[in-house]
Amino acid sequence: MTDTIFALSSGQPPAAVAIIRISGPRAGAALEMLSGRLPVPRRATLTRLLDPVTGEGLDRALMLWFPGPASATGEDLAELHLHGGRAVVARVMLSLSAIESLVLAEPGAFTRRAFEHGRMDLAEAEGLSDLLFAETEWQRRSALVMAEGGLSARVKGWQDRLLGLSAEVEAMLDFADEGDVEDQGESVASLNARIAILAADIRVMLDRPSGERLRDGIRVVLAGPPNAGKSTLLNALAGREAAIVSPRPGTTRDTIEVPLGIAGRPFLFIDTAGLHEGTGDEIEAIGMDRAHAAIGAADVILWLDETSESPAPERTIALYPRGDAEGRSMSPNGDMIVVSAASGAGLDALVAAILERADHLLPRTGEIALNRRQRECLASSHAALQTDDDLLIVAENLRVARADLDRLTGRAGTEDMLDALFGKFCIGK
Amino acid sequence: MTDRFDIIVVGGGHAGCEAAAAAARMGARVALVSFARDSIGAMSCNPAIGGLGKGHLVREVDAFDGLIARAADHAAIHYRMLNASKGAAVQGPRIQADRKRYKDAIHTLLDDQAGLHIVEDEARALTLDHSDSVTGLALGSGRILSGKAVVLATGTFLNARMFCGADIAVGGRVGERAAQSLGDQLRARHLPIGRLKTGTPPRLDGRTIDWGVLEEQPSDGGDWTMSPLGPGRAAPQLFCAITRTNARTHEIIRAGLDRSPLYTGAIGAQGPRYCPSIEDKVVRFGDRDGHQIFLEPEGLDDPLVYPNGVSTSLPADIQTALIRSMAGLERAEIVQPGYAVEYDHIDPRALDASLAVRAIPGLYCAGQINGTTGYEEAAAQGLIAGINATAFAGGRAPLILDRASSYMGVMIDDLVLQGITEPYRMLTARAEYRLRLRADNASTRLTSIAQAVGCLGSARADWFNSRIRVREALLTKLEKESVSSERFAEAGVDVSRDGSRRSLFEWLRFPNVDAAAISRVSDVFDNVDPALIAEIAEDAHYAPYLARQEAEIRGLRANESVPIDPALDYRAIAGLSNEMTERLERARPETLAAAGRIRGITPAALSAILVHAKRRAA
Repeated sequence: MTDTIFALSSGQPPAAVAIIRISGPRAGAALEMLSGRLPVPRRATLTRLLDPVTGEGLDRALMLWFPGPASATGEDLAELHLHGGRAVVARVMLSLSAIESLVLAEPGAFTRRAFEHGRMDLAEAEGLSDLLFAETEWQRRSALVMAEGGLSARVKGWQDRLLGLSAEVEAMLDFADEGDVEDQGESVASLNARIAILAADIRVMLDRPSGERLRDGIRVVLAGPPNAGKSTLLNALAGREAAIVSPRPGTTRDTIEVPLGIAGRPFLFIDTAGLHEGTGDEIEAIGMDRAHAAIGAADVILWLDETSESPAPERTIALYPRGDAEGRSMSPNGDMIVVSAASGAGLDALVAAILERADHLLPRTGEIALNRRQRECLASSHAALQTDDDLLIVAENLRVARADLDRLTGRAGTEDMLDALFGKFCIGK
Repeated sequence: MTDRFDIIVVGGGHAGCEAAAAAARMGARVALVSFARDSIGAMSCNPAIGGLGKGHLVREVDAFDGLIARAADHAAIHYRMLNASKGAAVQGPRIQADRKRYKDAIHTLLDDQAGLHIVEDEARALTLDHSDSVTGLALGSGRILSGKAVVLATGTFLNARMFCGADIAVGGRVGERAAQSLGDQLRARHLPIGRLKTGTPPRLDGRTIDWGVLEEQPSDGGDWTMSPLGPGRAAPQLFCAITRTNARTHEIIRAGLDRSPLYTGAIGAQGPRYCPSIEDKVVRFGDRDGHQIFLEPEGLDDPLVYPNGVSTSLPADIQTALIRSMAGLERAEIVQPGYAVEYDHIDPRALDASLAVRAIPGLYCAGQINGTTGYEEAAAQGLIAGINATAFAGGRAPLILDRASSYMGVMIDDLVLQGITEPYRMLTARAEYRLRLRADNASTRLTSIAQAVGCLGSARADWFNSRIRVREALLTKLEKESVSSERFAEAGVDVSRDGSRRSLFEWLRFPNVDAAAISRVSDVFDNVDPALIAEIAEDAHYAPYLARQEAEIRGLRANESVPIDPALDYRAIAGLSNEMTERLERARPETLAAAGRIRGITPAALSAILVHAKRRAA
C-alpha cells in the first residue's frame, strides 16, 4: 500500500500557528486516531488532539479534511493547525510517526504526489517550486502565473493545434485513396500556412525575456581597471561590506557575487578583478580570466573606466567613478554617469539607469516566463515546425514537434492524435 | 497416424495458416485443425489484400517467407499501389484477389510444406495439466491431439452471433458454425473477454450492374508484385469501378435506422471507427452529400461483386433499396445481404509480447481473437505466434520485434500494452518510425531476423543471400563514386553548378536527383533489380530524417533493457493512481520502456516504478 506522508508545512517554530499536512490513504485514519472523529470535509473544525496510545492531551487545534481525489495532492489529505510552539509541534509529530504506515515526507513529496496524480503537470510543478522560492515581488507574480497553469494552458493550446494538423496530415496519408478525405494540393498549401502561423506564435513566446533572469537575477557586472572603485561602488549599492575594499589595486582577485533586490526586481551584482596588462602573477591572471568570462555572460556591464571603451558597449552603462576625487586625467563625456560612492552622488541616477535596462530584460510582471528546460523543449519544437511539400516530412516534423511539447508538460501519446483524427473526419470504408 | 504433435493450430484462416506454416518451416510437427478442410484459406470478407499499413504487413510476413504475399500474387486480378504519388513509406501495395485462386494457392503452399498436417475436426477444448499448462487439444470427434503449444486463431467464431435486420443467427460466417465450447472454456479460465462487432456489405450480382455509366479503375501498370518469390502477375487483370451514395441513399438509410440492430440496441459491442457501417457514416457525418463506393469483382469466373463501403446490418429490403439508389446499381441484384457479426475476443493485454497467454503456458493467440480486424493483421500475428509457439516448444527465447523494426512490432506492442476499444486495424499513423518502416524494404529489415530463427525455406534463403551481396556491393559503389555538380548539369539534371563534389549516395538526397538522373552520369544501376534501386534511392532521399530517428531509437532501446518483474505488485508503489495501477496490472509490461508507452502513464509514475524495482532488486 502507498505510504501516508506527513510534514510540517509552515515555517520553523516558534510561530503563532504551525500547520502539519498528512497525505495518503491513512490520512483520515490518522485524524480519527488523534481527534476521535472525522470532521465534515473542507470545513475548519476545532478539536482537542490526544495521543492515540497514551491518551495524553497534545493541543487544541483546528483540523481540515480533504477527501481525495479532489484535494491538493489528489489523495486523502488532512491539515492540523496547531499552536506554533516548538514542543507542541514536536510532540504531535511524534504521535503521528507512531501511527502505522505514516512516514515523514521527503522534501517536495506533496508536490510530487500532486504531479503523479495528475493534479498538476510538470510546468505547473515548476511554477509552484518557483513560487515557494520567490524572494521578490516580480518573481512571485511570475511564478504564480506558472503555478496556476498559465504556461500549461498555452502549451495545451499549441498541442491541440498540432494534434489537429497531424490528424489532417495522417488522414491525407492513410485515407487519401478512399476518397472520403478532402482533395490534396490546396490542402497541403493551407496546412503549411497553418504550420507557419503556429511556428510564429511559438516564436513570440521564445522571444520573450527568459525566466532564468527572473529566478537567478539580472547579471550586473562591475568591470574596469584596478583600483577604479568597483568594490566601493558595489558596497554603496548593497549598503554593506559585500566586497573587501582597500585602496591597494588588485584587492578583488576573484569575482564576488552579491544578490540584491532593487524595487522588486532581482539582481546579481558581480564584482570582478581589475583589468590591466598582466604582471605575470598567476592568481591575478586567473582573476582576469574570470572577469572576462563574467563580462561575457553579463546582462548589464557597469564600466568604470573613463579612458577606454567597454568590450560590449551595447550592454554597458559607462561610469565616471570617484567623481569627487581630485586630479582626474579626463573629464566625463555626455553619456557617462558621474558617481561617487563616498558621497553617494550619482547613485540615484545609476540605479534608475540599471532599472531601466532591467525592465527590458525581465518578463513583464505577471507574464509567462520560461525556464531553461521549458525553453529548450519549446525551441526544439519550434525548430521542427518546418513546412515542406512532402507530406511524409511534414508528418515527421509534426511528430517531433508534438514529442517536444509533450516533454515540456510531461504528457504524451500517439493515441491522442488518432482520437483527433477519427473525431474529425469521415474516413474509411 | 499418431496424434502427437509439437504445435497445434486451431483455425484455418489467415492467422492459422501462417502460424502452422511458420512452425513447420522451423521444423516442428504441426497439426492445423479446422471445421472443414475446404474452408481453409477462404477470404471471408473483402476480396482485397494489402493497402495502406496493411500492405506493409503483407511484405513483412513475406520477408519471413510467409504465405499471404505469394498466394496474393497467384490470385491477383487487379494491382494498385495506393499513395503512389507520395513517399514510399506510405505507399501501400494492394491487390484484388480471385477468391478461388487465392484458396487454391494457400492449399498448394500448405500441402507442399513438410511437417504440416491438416486435421478436419472441431476444436472442443484445450487439455491442461495440473499447473494449467497446455498439453494438447480435445476434438469434437473424441480424438485428443497432444502438443507442446497451441495457437488459437479462431477468428470471429468464438460465441459469434450474426445480425441482419431483426434476424439473429448463431455462427461466425454465413453457413458455418460458431466455436461455442472453446469459448466457454476460455471464459471459465477467467481470461478477460470482450465483445466486438464487424460487418460486411451485401454481395451483388455483377451481371446486373450497369458498368458502362461508372468510372473505371484499371489495374496499375508496371510489374510490381506482393512477393519477389511469387509467380509474378499470373492472372488476367480486371478493372474495378466507383459509384457514390447520394441524398436519396441517405434518406433510405435514415428511414430504416429503427430497424438496424446497431441502433435498436441489439448489438452493444464496439465496431471500428475507421470502417464504419454505412448507417454509422450517415448518422455521424450527416452533412456529407455522398460517400465513395468501390465495386470490386470477386473473381475471374465469379459474377459476385463486393461493394466496398456499404457494410451494413439493415434489413434486406432496405439494403436492396439503398443499393439501387446509386448510379449504375439501379437494377442490381443482391445475392447475399450484408450482415453484422458480434463475437468474443480476448483482451490482448492478457498476452505477453510473444503473443503467449500469460495465465496458460503454451497457449498462443493470433488474429481476430485478439481484437484485430483484417487479413493482413491476422496473418502477421499468426506468423509471430507460430514462431514463438515453436520457440517455446523447443525451449528457445521468443522473437520480440520492437516498434522500430516493423509494423508487426508496432501492432503487437499496441495490442499487448494498450488493449483495444475497437477492432484494431493497421495504419501507417501508428508507426512513429514510419520513415524507415517501408513496404519496399521489408526484406532488408527483417529477413536476416527470419533467417536467424530458422523460418526461411531454402528458395527464400538463396534469394535473400544473393540480394544482400548485390545490395552491399551497390551501396559501396554509390558511396565511393563521387560526381561533380557540373557533370550532372551537363547531363541535363537540374542542380546548381557550384563546383561541389559528392558521392552518388549523397546526391540522391537532392530533390532533382533520382535514380534516372544517376543513370545519366553513372552505370552503377545497370542490370540491377529496379525494386532494389528504388529502395536504396528512398533510403538516400530521407537519410537526414532517418539519422534523426536512429538517435531517438537508440534512446528507446536503452530503456528497453530495464526489465520489470512480471509479478510486480503495482499497488505497493507509492504515487500510482488507481487508473495507472489498473492499466499496468492488465498489461504487465515487460520493460520500463513498455510501461512508459502505456497510455496515461506519466514520466513521474515511470520513475516511481523504476525506483521501486531497484529497491526490490537491492
